[in-house]
Amino acid sequence: MIPLSHFLILSALLFSVAVAGIFINRKNMIVLLMCIELMLLAVNMNFVAFSRFLDDTDGQVFVFFILTVAAAEAAIGLAILVVLFRNRRTINVDAISEMKG
Amino acid sequence: MDVKSIYLTIVLAPLVGAILAGFFGRQIGRVGSHVATILGVGISTVLSLYVLKGFIDGDASFQFNETLYTWMVAGGIRFEVGFLVDQLTALMMAVVTFVSLMVHIYTIGYMKDDPGYQRFFSYISLFTFSMLMLVMANNFTQLFFGWEAVGLVSYLLIGFWYKRPSAIFANLKAFLVNRVGDFGFLLGIGLVLYHFDSLNYAEVFARTAEPGIAAATIELIPGHAWSMMTVICILLFIGAMGKSAQAPLHVWLPDSMEGPTPISALIHAATMVTAGIFMVSRMSPLFEMSDTALSFVMLTGAFTAFFMGLIGLVQNDIKRVVAYSTLSQLGYMTVALGVSAYSAAIFHLMTHAFFKALLFLAAGSVIMGMHHQQDMRFMGGLKKYMPITFITAWIGTIALTGFPGTSGFFSKDIIIEAVAESDRYGASVAYWAVLLGVLITSIYSFRLLYLTFHGPERHSAPGAHGDDHHDDAHHHDDHQHHGDGKPHESPWVVWVPLVLLAIPSLLIGWFTAKPILFDGWLGQAIVVHEKNDVLAELSPHFHSSAGFALEGFKHWPFWLMLIGFALATWVYLLKPGLSAQIAKVFKLPVRILNDKYGFDRLYQALFARGSLRLGNALWRFGDRALIDGAVVDGSAKTVGRFSQILRLAQSGYLYDYAFVMIVGLLLLLMLFVFGR
Amino acid sequence: MNIESIFQAVFSEAGVFYVCGGVLLVAAIMVITLRNPVHAALSLVLCFFASAGVWILLEAEFLGIVLVLVYVGAVMVLFLFVVMMLDINIAEVREGFVRALPVGVVVAGLMAVSLIVVVGAKRFGFESFGPPIKAAAGHSNTAEIGRTLFGKYLFPFEIAAVILLVAIVVAITLTLRKRPDTKYQNPARQVQVRRDDRVRLVDIPSESKKGGAP
Repeated sequence: MIPLSHFLILSALLFSVAVAGIFINRKNMIVLLMCIELMLLAVNMNFVAFSRFLDDTDGQVFVFFILTVAAAEAAIGLAILVVLFRNRRTINVDAISEMKG
Repeated sequence: MDVKSIYLTIVLAPLVGAILAGFFGRQIGRVGSHVATILGVGISTVLSLYVLKGFIDGDASFQFNETLYTWMVAGGIRFEVGFLVDQLTALMMAVVTFVSLMVHIYTIGYMKDDPGYQRFFSYISLFTFSMLMLVMANNFTQLFFGWEAVGLVSYLLIGFWYKRPSAIFANLKAFLVNRVGDFGFLLGIGLVLYHFDSLNYAEVFARTAEPGIAAATIELIPGHAWSMMTVICILLFIGAMGKSAQAPLHVWLPDSMEGPTPISALIHAATMVTAGIFMVSRMSPLFEMSDTALSFVMLTGAFTAFFMGLIGLVQNDIKRVVAYSTLSQLGYMTVALGVSAYSAAIFHLMTHAFFKALLFLAAGSVIMGMHHQQDMRFMGGLKKYMPITFITAWIGTIALTGFPGTSGFFSKDIIIEAVAESDRYGASVAYWAVLLGVLITSIYSFRLLYLTFHGPERHSAPGAHGDDHHDDAHHHDDHQHHGDGKPHESPWVVWVPLVLLAIPSLLIGWFTAKPILFDGWLGQAIVVHEKNDVLAELSPHFHSSAGFALEGFKHWPFWLMLIGFALATWVYLLKPGLSAQIAKVFKLPVRILNDKYGFDRLYQALFARGSLRLGNALWRFGDRALIDGAVVDGSAKTVGRFSQILRLAQSGYLYDYAFVMIVGLLLLLMLFVFGR
Repeated sequence: MNIESIFQAVFSEAGVFYVCGGVLLVAAIMVITLRNPVHAALSLVLCFFASAGVWILLEAEFLGIVLVLVYVGAVMVLFLFVVMMLDINIAEVREGFVRALPVGVVVAGLMAVSLIVVVGAKRFGFESFGPPIKAAAGHSNTAEIGRTLFGKYLFPFEIAAVILLVAIVVAITLTLRKRPDTKYQNPARQVQVRRDDRVRLVDIPSESKKGGAP
């Protein structure tokens, strides 16, 4: 039997790894987006675990919606990335530090 | 007319005149201004004399003590306007209005060519109003109002020729020195309120009988308990010292001669400076409760009477001699107060008002006639050019020096005898001071007469013109129509007041000495404790005015006066070069006297310069460096500096913002988890 | 230790959990540290697979499959498309990696510790949350989710659909390029045409030749 805390710890560790990833790969936009996906995954893990242990389907429904939104966000994020790359020929985040339009 | 309306009219008529001349002076013109103000003051004079007559006749219906208007009630203190009219008040009112009327008429002639003609009349009427409010007050608030108002008008009038720097210096000096006195006065009034719980005279005086009131003490310095009544009386007297120019707060009076001569006569001889004397007399129920305070009063007066007279010996400006004479005579009045002879002080106040005003107006007449020459060294031999001025000046002088029979004789001699009779602490010192003061008074008074009216004419002596042109307004005009350059008698508007003032100077003492001094005419207004009542002890000696006058020929004051007369005649009339030789022999005393004992130098260096330096230091360190630099500019600069530092956080880089967000999240998290 | 027992251990509940969890974490670390972005993306795919395994262990079968089919199959494929399409200068984006590493590790470590203190065994162990009830053999997780989704959460479901539509529109709008060599008609501009844009009358003096027909 795996107690709930194990799942939660797993999710916490995954979240921390994703945060570290943001710190480390601050210039690489693709890896940034991937770290965001990891964070969402960690959250989903939490929801599913609680849904199981509280015997409530609502948690899984919420995961469903998170997946939807994550997909949408990934799509749009990548679209922005593509347009950025077309203009600047780089995915370096520093390239978009200019504020003018 | 009921008495209340009479009193209101007496007070308000001059005010109306002042307002008309002051605000509508241009519209009603010069003639209109002097008519309006003289009418106002004239009505007051007539009514005041009517009231006085009522009191003389013993008509009780004129006694009045009512509150007319409650200005406000704040924190349990009532601030009211009310009148207390008894014999003392009536006497003061008559003196004030009569002298004021004389000065008003005199001014028509004296200020004829002055561009500020209407303003002057407005001011002297305003002064009359203020002085009347002061003497008719029935509570401390109104007294203080009148006190401050006369101080204000005095300031305005001393600096009447405001374009002259010496006048501005003088008026500020007068106001500031008065302020020092007023500070003590206000503290005294505050203590009265604290101790008696009321500002109304009647209530305060009624409570003096309570045993707790007399015995109360106050610890100003912790551990030293002083009698409350002594402290109160000394503080009130400090106010009187400022207003009545007693040493060391006397320094403003000689400087006040910068103002036109009419106001020297009105304010600085007859009325405003006597406000202090009046106030102490009015507060006699309070002062009688403190022997210490009365000793202090007496000794201050004695010092002033003697030492200020000495300065008069070396003055060359005719007005300044009379000014120092005033200081000395005020000292006499103060000494009389100090020995509990309040009636004598008031009596001398009245007689002095007449002859001193006369002397000032005569001096003004001389100045006018000499085309604004005020230095006596360049006068001389005027008796043939200005006979009326000459005769009235002589009358004023013999009244001042106390020739038996004149009003000045009665008032001064009584004071000297009262001091001799008193056994108050310090009375013997005071006695010698006032006695020798008679000698000094005699010397400088006759010196003035001889240098001005007798002897050779020194009008064109070297240095006569070009300096000492004090009355500037007349300067240009006079050189036009007095082409002959010879002195002449002044117009009738000038010499009629002189005559009208000379008459009481000679006669009034004769008729009023006994009633005021010994028959208790002043009645309930003056309270004297039995053990202090020197006048009562003197009363058996005084049978009639004639008797007293004849007696006077046998007493020391007369002899001293005669010695002084002889000395002055010998030095200044018979052997004119002698004065210069005497000055050479007594070089050090002369220098000290010329320096006025260093009072002015001390105040200038210590207080005036000290205040300026303090102000400067506060400006430099407090205002500029601290408030402007550190607080105002400093706060702005600090904001600027912080902004510079905070600006670094806005790098424009996405990852920096993400970094900050995550760190913030982390901190919040840790706060929650570990912070409990 | 025979194969039987190893097999039993690995495929027991705990075994599956630890294996899948371990793979998940290792893959996550690979995502953030690998140099080549394609490798990183593929590591992320592995993460999702491992995650799906954990979810199935939690009897959320529907979600586990959806994770693999939708997330990996669509979103990660999209990621891979983009990564492979863009010509990335690796050196430039790896700049500052080593410098930020200690800070990142410290921050992440602190965060992990904080989180674990909260969700640790003390509060969320077996005493607080009892062992879950195992579902019946034929119990359909999908049906259950369906019931809840179309019952209680119908409206959010429709909103989610709209969100996806918005995502599509945004993605197309952002990236659509007009191809320069395609000819097409713009009816709006056609209608706006004015006579003066098309016709110009020019006055030309008539030419006359001597004799002969024009």
